[in-house]
Amino acid sequence: MASNFALFPERASTVAGEVDALYLFLVAVSGFFAVLIAALVVVFAIKYRRRAEDERPQAIHGSLALELAWTIIPFGLAMVMFFWGAKVYITLAVPPPNAMEVFVVGKQWMWKLQHLEGKREINELHVPVGQPIKLTMTSEDVIHSFYVPAFRIKQDAIPGRYTTAWFEPTKVGTYHLFCAEYCGTEHAKMIGRIVVMEPAEYQAWLAGTATTAVAAVPAAKPEDQQAAMAAAGAELFQKLGCVSCHRAQAGALGPSLAGLFGHNVALQDGSTVVADEDYIRESILNPQAKIVAGYQPIMPTFKGLVNEEQLMQLIAYIKTGKAGTETQ
Amino acid sequence: MNGVETRTNYLNAEYGLLSWLLTRDHKRIAILYLVSVTIMFAIGGLFAAAVRLELLTPQGDLLAADTYNKMFSMHGIIMVFFFLLPAIPATLGNFLIPMMIGARDLAFPRINLLSWYLYVIGALFTLYAMVTGGVDTGWTFYTPFSTTASNTNVVPTAIGIFINGFSGILTGLNFIVTIHRMRAPGLTWFRLPLFVWAHYATSLIQVLGTPVLAITLVMVALERAFHFGIFDPAYGGDPLLFQHLFWFYSHPAVYIMILPAMGVISELVTCFSRKSIFGYSFVALSSVAIAVLGFLVWAHHMFVTGMSVYAAMIFSFISFGVAIPSAVKVFNWTATLYKGSISYSAPMLYALGFIGLFTIGGLTGLFLATLGVDVHVTDTYFVVAHFHYVMVGGTIMAYLGGLHFWWPKITGRLYPEIWARISAAIVFLGFNLTFFPQFILGYLGMPRRYHVYPDEFQVLNVLSTAGASILGVGYLLPFIYLGWSMRYGALAPANPWGATGLEWETPSPPPTENFETPPVVTRPAYAYDLEEVTVG
Ligand code: HEM
Ligand SMILES: [Cu+2]
Repeated sequence: MASNFALFPERASTVAGEVDALYLFLVAVSGFFAVLIAALVVVFAIKYRRRAEDERPQAIHGSLALELAWTIIPFGLAMVMFFWGAKVYITLAVPPPNAMEVFVVGKQWMWKLQHLEGKREINELHVPVGQPIKLTMTSEDVIHSFYVPAFRIKQDAIPGRYTTAWFEPTKVGTYHLFCAEYCGTEHAKMIGRIVVMEPAEYQAWLAGTATTAVAAVPAAKPEDQQAAMAAAGAELFQKLGCVSCHRAQAGALGPSLAGLFGHNVALQDGSTVVADEDYIRESILNPQAKIVAGYQPIMPTFKGLVNEEQLMQLIAYIKTGKAGTETQ
Repeated sequence: MNGVETRTNYLNAEYGLLSWLLTRDHKRIAILYLVSVTIMFAIGGLFAAAVRLELLTPQGDLLAADTYNKMFSMHGIIMVFFFLLPAIPATLGNFLIPMMIGARDLAFPRINLLSWYLYVIGALFTLYAMVTGGVDTGWTFYTPFSTTASNTNVVPTAIGIFINGFSGILTGLNFIVTIHRMRAPGLTWFRLPLFVWAHYATSLIQVLGTPVLAITLVMVALERAFHFGIFDPAYGGDPLLFQHLFWFYSHPAVYIMILPAMGVISELVTCFSRKSIFGYSFVALSSVAIAVLGFLVWAHHMFVTGMSVYAAMIFSFISFGVAIPSAVKVFNWTATLYKGSISYSAPMLYALGFIGLFTIGGLTGLFLATLGVDVHVTDTYFVVAHFHYVMVGGTIMAYLGGLHFWWPKITGRLYPEIWARISAAIVFLGFNLTFFPQFILGYLGMPRRYHVYPDEFQVLNVLSTAGASILGVGYLLPFIYLGWSMRYGALAPANPWGATGLEWETPSPPPTENFETPPVVTRPAYAYDLEEVTVG
């Protein structure tokens, strides 16, 4: 990031090497064809240059064998690219199960990041080296795109839905974080940095000199130190009154949310959905969209009452599987 | 005029501005288009110059952020909608298709004139939007930025593009009907010049795709005005719906730009190597294959929007499929040179340059179709380089090559050959210096649409800006010497290149009715070996 000129980007995540290998394969194949075509054109143009004004070369109308050859061979090569590319894409799409979660909200023109431990950062993300990080992201206004060239990852942050990406940093250092989707006036300045630290340093950073930690997040309950974000969600769950309907008791007005996350939910209209982040978000903002079987459509919307970050906190709380089981 | 030219032709058949503005002659309409797209190209080029100058340094020292955003937006909008899409079909296509098939005019001459008026009105709307504050959405108008966040002239611009869309639809319809109904006796489908095949395929896309764009822009305007909740999640809409609709048109649209160019190249390569095209029917049908497959790959612009892995794989697969017919064409052009009699005339230099640039543009398309790599390079300068290689390298090389090739037919004058060759070389060199560094910039990770950037990207940006000024000279020269030749160029014979094709059998410039006696076709296209050598 420091030097003034480079021809190849830094490689600082586990997938970067895979992407580069595929890229170099593509460079080799296309380089070969580009040089082949250029050479043929130049050689033919020189060798068969017009020598007499009234020259009439013999017509060659075509050759089925050649047409087949130069259809099938490129197609075969293309299939190699396709499968290899799909394999890398799947790697990029599926975070490892032990990934540490970070929540990302894009907003004109900044990146707001929040660790599960509750720590918040703006335009800066600190992570430990060698630890897979899963990002769950959304946007507060227009589409942005979370792009870290050194990690070879890019993912759009889209208002109204959650998208995910992941990376495992392999090198301590500081890397560019760009917004790659045009988002208005200061799009080019929507730049942040990813700071990859030794795990011990990271722990110190988390615990210690935590000047960026924001007061709005209540202190985590001691036994729940690892999930301050969920704690903030629990607080909201009380404050917004969710708990008055969603309690783990017979006869409650709303379905219990304990152990909901990741499971199938049977709906009034006979269909089922998986209770993922998007479903929960929709249920909070637009409760009438999907009614759970056996319940009345009486839940009010919380649109305008919760912002994107609070939504993420509520989701983090519901993910703990304990929502509505504890009363304060 | 200067006393030499006494024969009546389409240019001197009538005089006065009104005779032009009310003409129904496809050749005169082609000239009207030629003038108007040239003006738009110049305006779009000025914006490019501003953008490139700003990028000379990493700081935003020339333009304010908003100004820069408007500059690249207007550059893209004008170049795509008012130059690239109409350039070849509306000028060369309009002029040549009736002549190439031995017809007197297009099927609907009045509609043809209407198309031009729609183009002009659309262009005026867009220029109006530009001078009264501009637009900063990029040519892609992504929502919800365009519907809610941008406070620039999105709606007037959209109206301009909407109106212009009808111009394209009508031209496409006119071509399809003309090619079906008005071919000369003996001109079977598989005797058609490849230029005509390419325009046939292009017209299919224009007629089927453009309405989708029109509807989408109407939805953007409605959403902006009334917050209908079509695209903005704040009102219950879906931001990705716009991208699907937009690319459903705009991906095929890139073939509206490149297919006619491929048609031109087929004509040039055969003529200047005096050879029948290698694999005529493969080249002809690959145009149709590209047009059809082109409709099935739109979501390859959306691999990082969080679409499902399965959907991504399907779109990636079909994208590789559409690459094959393009590759087939390049191989066939190259094979056509084999054992030919190759002349280095300026149009041929442009054609050979096209093959080089289009090959690079096409091959880098494979990178973008490859899922794992696209994630890293999409929305970076890699994409900017790729689409300039295809659209600017491809389409403009072919357009300039075709313009030089048919210039004697259009104007009745020859252009100065030496200047034309020099400018072809300058364009080729300048182009590569401008856009090749951008591939590297993109892989390094420089996002597109940035007016300030980290220092380490500067060297490559400086190279690119230097190249752009060379390229600018290359584009300026033809303006000058072609303009000069209209008055001072040597008079052109009917067939200065010894080319086959009906358009060369009528005098230069052609009479209003195109042919003195309606032609009858007895030969396949490009029967260079059967033709007597009569240059002139
Ligand atoms: C000297 C010639 C040219 C130069 C130096 C140039 C340069 C540029 C630059 C720097 C951008 C902005 C890229 C970004 O920030 O994303 C751009 C965008 C674009 N250019 Fe060009 N360009 C040239 C010619 C053309 C031509 C001839 C066309 C088409 C006929 C064209 C079509 C486009 C399009 C469609 C965009 C996308 C605009 C957008 O992002 O909304 N360019 N060009
Ligand atoms: Cu952004």
